[in-house]
Amino acid sequence: MLDRVATTESRAGVALTVNGRTVEVPASPAARLSKVLRDDLGLTGTKVGCDAGDCGACSVLVDGEAVCSCLVAAGQVEGRQITTVEGLPAGHPVAARLQEAFLRHGAAQCGICTPGMLVAAVALLSRNERPSETEVLDAIGGVLCRCTGYRKIIAAILDVANEAQPEVLPEGGGAIGARIRRLDGLKKVRGADIFGADEAPADALVLKAVRSPYHRAAFTFGDIDAFLARHPGIVRVITAKDVPGENCYGVIPPFADQPVFAEKETRFRGEAVAAIVGEAAAMAALDLSDFPVSWQELPANTTIDAALADGAPLVHANRPGNILVGGRVVRGDVDAALATADVVVEGEFETGFVEHAYIEPEAGFARRVGDRIEVQACTQAPYMDRDDVARVLGIAPEAVRIIPTAVGGGFGSKLDLSVQPFIAIAAWLLDRPVRMTYTRPESIMTTTKRHPARIRARAGATRDGRLVGFDFFGDFNTGAYSSWGPTVANRVPVHASGPYYVPHYRALTRAVHTHLVPAGAFRGFGVPQASIAQEQLYDELADRIGMDRLEFRLRNALRADQPTVTGQVLGEGVGIRACFEALVPHWQRARAEAAAFNAGSQGHLRRGVGVAGMWYGCGNTSLPNPSTIRVGLKRDGRIALHQGAVDIGQGSNTVITQICADALGAPIARFDLVSADTDLTPDAGKTSASRQTFVTGKAAELAGRELRAAILRLANAGEGATVTFADGAVVVRDGGHERTIALADLPTDEHGYVLTGEATFDPPTSPLDADGQGIPYAVYGFGAHMAEVVVDTELGTVKVLKITAAHDVGRAINPTLVEGQIEGGAAQGLGLALMEEFFPGKGENLHDYLIPSAGDMPPVESILVEDASPVGPFGAKGIGEQALIPTAPAILNAIHDATGVRIRRVPATPDRVRAALLAATSARG
Amino acid sequence: MYLRPRSLDEALDALATTGAQILAGGTDVFPALGDRPQTRPFLDITALPELRGIGLEPDHVRIGATTTWTEIARADLPSGFDALRAAAREVGSLQIQNRGTIAGNLCNASPAADGVPPLLALEAEVELTSRTGRRRLPLREFISGYRRTERREDEIVTAVFVPRAMTDARSAFLKLGARRYLVISIVMVAAMLRTDEAGRIDAARVAVGSCSAVAQRLPALEAALVGRPAAPGIGSAVTAAHLAPLSPIDDVRATGAYRADAAQTLVARALEACVHERAKEAA
Ligand SMILES: Cc1cc2nc3c(=O)[nH]c(=O)nc-3n(C[C@H](O)[C@H](O)[C@H](O)COP(=O)(O)OP(=O)(O)OC[C@H]3O[C@@H](n4cnc5c(N)ncnc54)[C@H](O)[C@@H]3O)c2cc1C
Ligand code: FES
Ligand code: FES
Repeated sequence: MLDRVATTESRAGVALTVNGRTVEVPASPAARLSKVLRDDLGLTGTKVGCDAGDCGACSVLVDGEAVCSCLVAAGQVEGRQITTVEGLPAGHPVAARLQEAFLRHGAAQCGICTPGMLVAAVALLSRNERPSETEVLDAIGGVLCRCTGYRKIIAAILDVANEAQPEVLPEGGGAIGARIRRLDGLKKVRGADIFGADEAPADALVLKAVRSPYHRAAFTFGDIDAFLARHPGIVRVITAKDVPGENCYGVIPPFADQPVFAEKETRFRGEAVAAIVGEAAAMAALDLSDFPVSWQELPANTTIDAALADGAPLVHANRPGNILVGGRVVRGDVDAALATADVVVEGEFETGFVEHAYIEPEAGFARRVGDRIEVQACTQAPYMDRDDVARVLGIAPEAVRIIPTAVGGGFGSKLDLSVQPFIAIAAWLLDRPVRMTYTRPESIMTTTKRHPARIRARAGATRDGRLVGFDFFGDFNTGAYSSWGPTVANRVPVHASGPYYVPHYRALTRAVHTHLVPAGAFRGFGVPQASIAQEQLYDELADRIGMDRLEFRLRNALRADQPTVTGQVLGEGVGIRACFEALVPHWQRARAEAAAFNAGSQGHLRRGVGVAGMWYGCGNTSLPNPSTIRVGLKRDGRIALHQGAVDIGQGSNTVITQICADALGAPIARFDLVSADTDLTPDAGKTSASRQTFVTGKAAELAGRELRAAILRLANAGEGATVTFADGAVVVRDGGHERTIALADLPTDEHGYVLTGEATFDPPTSPLDADGQGIPYAVYGFGAHMAEVVVDTELGTVKVLKITAAHDVGRAINPTLVEGQIEGGAAQGLGLALMEEFFPGKGENLHDYLIPSAGDMPPVESILVEDASPVGPFGAKGIGEQALIPTAPAILNAIHDATGVRIRRVPATPDRVRAALLAATSARG
Repeated sequence: MYLRPRSLDEALDALATTGAQILAGGTDVFPALGDRPQTRPFLDITALPELRGIGLEPDHVRIGATTTWTEIARADLPSGFDALRAAAREVGSLQIQNRGTIAGNLCNASPAADGVPPLLALEAEVELTSRTGRRRLPLREFISGYRRTERREDEIVTAVFVPRAMTDARSAFLKLGARRYLVISIVMVAAMLRTDEAGRIDAARVAVGSCSAVAQRLPALEAALVGRPAAPGIGSAVTAAHLAPLSPIDDVRATGAYRADAAQTLVARALEACVHERAKEAA
């Protein structure tokens, strides 16, 4: 009998039936199906986001039912029908229509969750062509999406039965404002887009990092030679002493302080001390706990208080008191103003670490090409990566080529280096391609987080509802390394007033070092935390005065002719009042509904409505951040757009093309996109600070206009001429004259184009003085959210019923993409408000770290206000971060409206809300 | 190394001789493995016909060990199983329910295992089989502590047996988590109420999970319920003292104090749900 077992066991491979074909695969039957599909069959459309069942990105069909392929041993599904995203259309008639619906609705942003979503939806639709919304939610509840807020995915699935109209792309001049589909969408819905982990040379070595298990530790290596001898196939161990250049990097060069490998002691749990590089099979068989290193745990600052205490160990010897930097904006005399204000409210607020939780863990590979190094990885900031990789290798920046892959979500964290220095150093030293893919725990443990904040603030107003002063003090836990700590410390004081006219103002911040994971950039750079304090206090002011909370905001909304807290008078493009006004009818409807519900219910459910406003400057704070765009006319009449703004799902590939198309007057269909690559695209800066549509978009507009001018010059035509693009020719009509310029015979320039337009745009700002006065940003985006919630007062659970979001985006270049940003931002804001907090050392996975699932996201009604920016391209402003900021305070204000309790410590988890309710009841006696 | 036996005898032999790790749906095994290499051989028990399916017998219901949560959710079972079927629909996500098995849930013995409270309320028994024989243990004895069971290394859980005594009772399951899908329970409750002809409760069973190392029945409450009319308002019978068997702790999901408080609310609501079902039926 055992013979049969023995036969099973001795078999070298597995026979799998995938997408209708049966193949013998030389893989272990014990291997995860996800790994076999990706590594052995090259079916990289199946994504791996967690290897633990928590994200659903790896979903495939087994005999028509969705399963997580990371939880199935390949041997378990021999003889069963396995369908991956690549095989969906062939096997399931509904799949092609579903892909089409995803494109139509903008249901794929970064696209990393899309294969899993499609698989889960096809499992449902194959049984039930017309499912209800609840059935759709149940079907996709096991697939997490961090970009979209799910609503467009749900809409696409519900819309699948409707016949699709083929897309008609707008002609020249009609692109701005058009809901065109993502230009890179098709490969996303086919599972064909290449993300960080999806590609590497076949002979690439695999790298894994050895990381500190303690918040702070000294360490010594044992016998590494003996370790290597024990592990054939492992080719090298790399430590600090092997770093060819400087063992130091950081996103803000003057503050750069992070080593690739710790040298004497580690400063946070998860910091790397060594890299092990080996052949793939040897690395797969390696248990990292075999590595000879011994740790000695050291006393660590694990809270802001501990770091600020007298005698606290210094995280960096050169930063006394563990203060990285402070920020300051002061205007008027806030103490005097608050002393004479009719009403003053104050409060302390606290937020925790928040994890970006993109579904794509960091991944990529590097290879040495002669004296150059090429790094292909997911990133938000190719040129910054280039400079830092050059620094750690000790070579010139030009000797580094960064090739960004598709990015499966970034939200700020992929601005910082992750895998890049490890693989670059290893490939440089070994002269072999080296790949690295972070595990989910590694990604959560080591990459930057949203800064935990501790905020004290006071706000004062007159009896008739005028804000007179706001006084804000915030400590931000910046973790072990500087990352974007200085940016947070400086951005927050500029924004902490909210989008209101506040004559007397003081905002002070500190970025405090602890022995915890570095906090960095996360959608809003500290402003969402400040907004949680400020918007709740303004609500309290309104209540104290006895004024409607929306009315109070309307009354204080910043006008174009009023100075901001930095003394800037924007003059134009201040749409905050319009945003609040747009909410008025919704507010009245929602307040009435909530009141009626509460009056009719004796039970434990209470409804409430909350509102919050937001403003956010686009681009770097008072620092240069130029973008350059190149657009070239090719001999075949097509147009090459060198678009270096990394598309992390937000849609820059599409939006920048739309802008350039209209500036040039050419149809979108004529464009060939050359996406970010430091050898091919000029520097378009980083994808952060809501700057790509604004800054790179403006560069694209200028470049487009420049190319048009060049064409007119060539044709000897005037400004008013029309240009038509044809195959191999352009036709220029000026008055009655028509000239056809055949392109095939014309000489080309150094870029290989007949004509090139290249332009750089750097937003006009001015430095801030010692009181923070000056022009920090050329353009601000404005917005306001209204949240409707129902609170279960017995359990403390909060369900958000609807979010209504009004945003002044200047000009919506592509309304579908703008809505996508709003819905996705609102989802992250909801997570910040209700469920997300990371505790270093605990729950470094997506099982314990909860982000909203499809069932947690309410409908979002987006209202687009277009108060054109005088500087932005066609009037456009940023929206990426703006969308997240007001959601959490609106929800917290709604909880208060429903129950009368203020939640000053987020997330408002059921236990915190319930505790607050119990405390309020016992206080009432 | 990977073993995929086709019969139970074969599997039991392999288990006894190789010290393999049993693999069923893999939904606990693979996450626990992480990115470490698998050192012990896997013994895949999903190809064993003896372990599959649900059988309704006159005196008991037999649920095969590798019956998945999806199969349980879709099964046509008497009302006493409503709580178990509701729990099945709350396990992780559809993807997890399509693979995860009932025995895997019990053997993993997590305090947050959603299958345990309904099965405790059903007074289920766990059937263990080895080369040397078969035995049955009541579930409350089988799970002996935090992630600990009475299973011997050479035993496979082959089935879960549910005596028919209460299977026609009303039952309900409520789960509290911090999000809608893919969430580990902060508290979950299974309740069963049986009524006599006069509409009075003649038997009650209540079990609470995630509030102690192993889910607990609430015997004092069960006793207090007997004799009461099964009518709306029954939830008010629950007092804090009834929850004495629980010992909730603080963790990243919630504080212990909150768990105790929420458990009382959920128990009351689960009882209400049972009588609500009954009221609906009567109407
Ligand atoms: C994303 C995710 C979400 C989850 N959500 C929930 C949830 O909401 N609620 C919940 O209760 N659980 C949840 N789980 C846990 C898990 O899905 C369940 O416990 C499931 O029932 C386990 O069954 P399995 O067949 O997958 O077990 P496996 O992983 O195959 O095995 C689990 C353990 O039991 C042993 N074992 C399995 N079968 C037998 C047997 N017949 N005899 C002896 N030993 C055996 C295995 O050796 C192993 O130690 C979740 C898991 C994941 C990954
Ligand atoms: S990779 Fe399988 S569920 Fe996340
Ligand atoms: S589009 Fe869903 S995770 Fe990015």
